[in-house]
Amino acid sequence: MGEVNAGGALDRREVVKRLLDGRKDLLVVTGLGSPSYDVMAAGDHDNNYYLWAAMGSAAMVGLGLAKSQPGKSVLVVTGDGEMLMGLGALATIAVQAPSNLTVAVLDNGHFGETGMQLSHAGRGLSLDQVARSCGFPWTAEIREMAQVEDLRARIGSREGPKLATIKIRAENAPRVLPPRDGVHVKNRFRMALGHAPI
Amino acid sequence: MAAEEMDNDESQGWKSDVFRVLKQHGIKHIAYVPDAGHSVALRLAEADDEIQSVVLTTEEEGIGYLAGAWLGGEKGALLLQSSGVGNCINTLALQVMARFPLLMLVTMRGDWAEFNAWQNPMGQATEASLKLMGVMTWRADKPEDVAPLVHGAATMAFNGDAACAVLLGQRLIGEKQWVK
Repeated sequence: MGEVNAGGALDRREVVKRLLDGRKDLLVVTGLGSPSYDVMAAGDHDNNYYLWAAMGSAAMVGLGLAKSQPGKSVLVVTGDGEMLMGLGALATIAVQAPSNLTVAVLDNGHFGETGMQLSHAGRGLSLDQVARSCGFPWTAEIREMAQVEDLRARIGSREGPKLATIKIRAENAPRVLPPRDGVHVKNRFRMALGHAPI
Repeated sequence: MAAEEMDNDESQGWKSDVFRVLKQHGIKHIAYVPDAGHSVALRLAEADDEIQSVVLTTEEEGIGYLAGAWLGGEKGALLLQSSGVGNCINTLALQVMARFPLLMLVTMRGDWAEFNAWQNPMGQATEASLKLMGVMTWRADKPEDVAPLVHGAATMAFNGDAACAVLLGQRLIGEKQWVK
């Protein structure tokens, strides 16, 4: 284990833009911090739900959404630090085994929001192998854009919960802030699915 | 008493009331960390094809899960023990900021006739902790109070985009029998 494995060479904005390119009815949940900015930078969308807090919850919000919308594909975009805080969610998701859920972990091996301290992932822990051990039927470690293309093609498949760690460069892109009004984003998301506010 | 006998005991009828009232409110998801006091509701939930039963590794997972289910248009409830309320505190920010409906049913420990004093610190802080995070609370200590209080909390959660918790007291649940 060591810093040699901290992150990778991919550009996070390019990765996220590619994953979301040409999206149709894809539902997206983002983990707090840079993944939320990355998804916003790719274009705000009624089918995005951005988290600004509740660190560790992104994958679970994705699971609840996937279970209540089994006909749609759900993509969680989060970071390695956020995923580590909710590691138990990988066990819970594996047991529920929603076929329509994909978790994309943007892994720069660091806590980017707080001063680039080295994370567990940066010290050698492979989140995709954790997910694999929990029972995810498809996992991958992605280091090249061709693999990002492959992941993008699989988001719409129904091959069971999927998790990819995507090795990105440890650098902070310019912040592109999504709306912070949680009630607004919630109601916008629900209305896009045909659910009126209470 | 064996589990089956306890379920048939009239004083234990509130345990099935919990599930009946949740069904009446259209609950489709029950996320839980198990507790003996919830055992009947959990068994009924697991056996019900219309309910998604989701066993969690830690209680705060349920807050995210139920937020996601609501985003997708469905109602759920979180069943947990009082010790798990402590695990939920920071994650409750999600409910507060986005006003997701959140219905929590909390079985109490460290509340009355507790044998394991290690349960007391969180048990005694449970209701105050929930209130500090903006969760409305009600306490059921008598069997006949359970159904109306769960009904009331569910009504206020789903009609008010609010966080509502019913605390099921240790006197209601009964003393845990310890074998030394």
